[in-house]
Amino acid sequence: MAINWFKYSSPATFYPLAGRISPWFAVASAILMVVGLYMSFFVAPTDYKQGEGYRIIFIHVPAAWMSMVIYVVMAGWAAAGMIWRTRLSSMMATSLAPTGAMFTFIALWTGALWGKPMWGTWWVWDARLTSELILLFLYIGFMALESAIDDPRRAARASGLLALVGIVNIPIIYYSVQWWNTLHQGSSIKFDGGGMQSSMTDIMLWTLLIMTLACWFYTIAVVLTRLRSTILERESGSVWVKEMLQEKR
Amino acid sequence: MADFFAMGTHGVYIWGSYGVTALFMIGEAFLVVRHKRTLLQRLGRMVRLNSKELE
Repeated sequence: MAINWFKYSSPATFYPLAGRISPWFAVASAILMVVGLYMSFFVAPTDYKQGEGYRIIFIHVPAAWMSMVIYVVMAGWAAAGMIWRTRLSSMMATSLAPTGAMFTFIALWTGALWGKPMWGTWWVWDARLTSELILLFLYIGFMALESAIDDPRRAARASGLLALVGIVNIPIIYYSVQWWNTLHQGSSIKFDGGGMQSSMTDIMLWTLLIMTLACWFYTIAVVLTRLRSTILERESGSVWVKEMLQEKR
Repeated sequence: MADFFAMGTHGVYIWGSYGVTALFMIGEAFLVVRHKRTLLQRLGRMVRLNSKELE
């Protein structure tokens, strides 16, 4: 079966589709979040070394993962927009940036609050922390550049270029704990060779994965809703938007 | 109950983390939905005004 994917690259067809899917992701995210939070506090055992403080991991790690994944997806859409000149692609990148920046901030914030009791300091210029801070500046730079240029096409090209250049930072964040032996601990979960290996107990790992999935679904719901606003703003002069608004009366 | 909120000696750090995260995520979702709603209202008004002028 051949699906014409380019059909969905038209804002007019994607707008109602996004409206139909986003509520499902919002509900799924809320359910997973309740389960994940319950497991974080009542099911996962106290850590033998870090006591209760380690429970910050259940938001810190998902937030840090999301901050990197969203950046890669954002840069991918920006690149697609530059290659195929599809309007929807750059709108997708625009809609992803604020949520990515938020998760980057959460990763840094929870990291500071975790670092204080465990390392004795809120912040060090460790490789992992510094590269994550640069990620936050990349998101902010992307949004600032995009909103500073009036013409949407030129804005998308300039900010897209920034997003693509900035992608070199992602492997630096990911491998920083291996390349430089500084303060931040190594990964608790490793993906090498024969699949996934974890140094955590199963229940901690499951809690972490459920919280991550909740963050994924949250991101999809929020970004699709923001995308619909962006579509409406950019296409407000077009016939389909006017017709849709007429029907709504 | 008090033990639960104390989290050993790490209560401040844990609730500071979870609290700020909840605030940001709920706040973002709220703002995104509200923005779309006001945008639809504004654009809807504009379309109605224009169609009245044409009549």
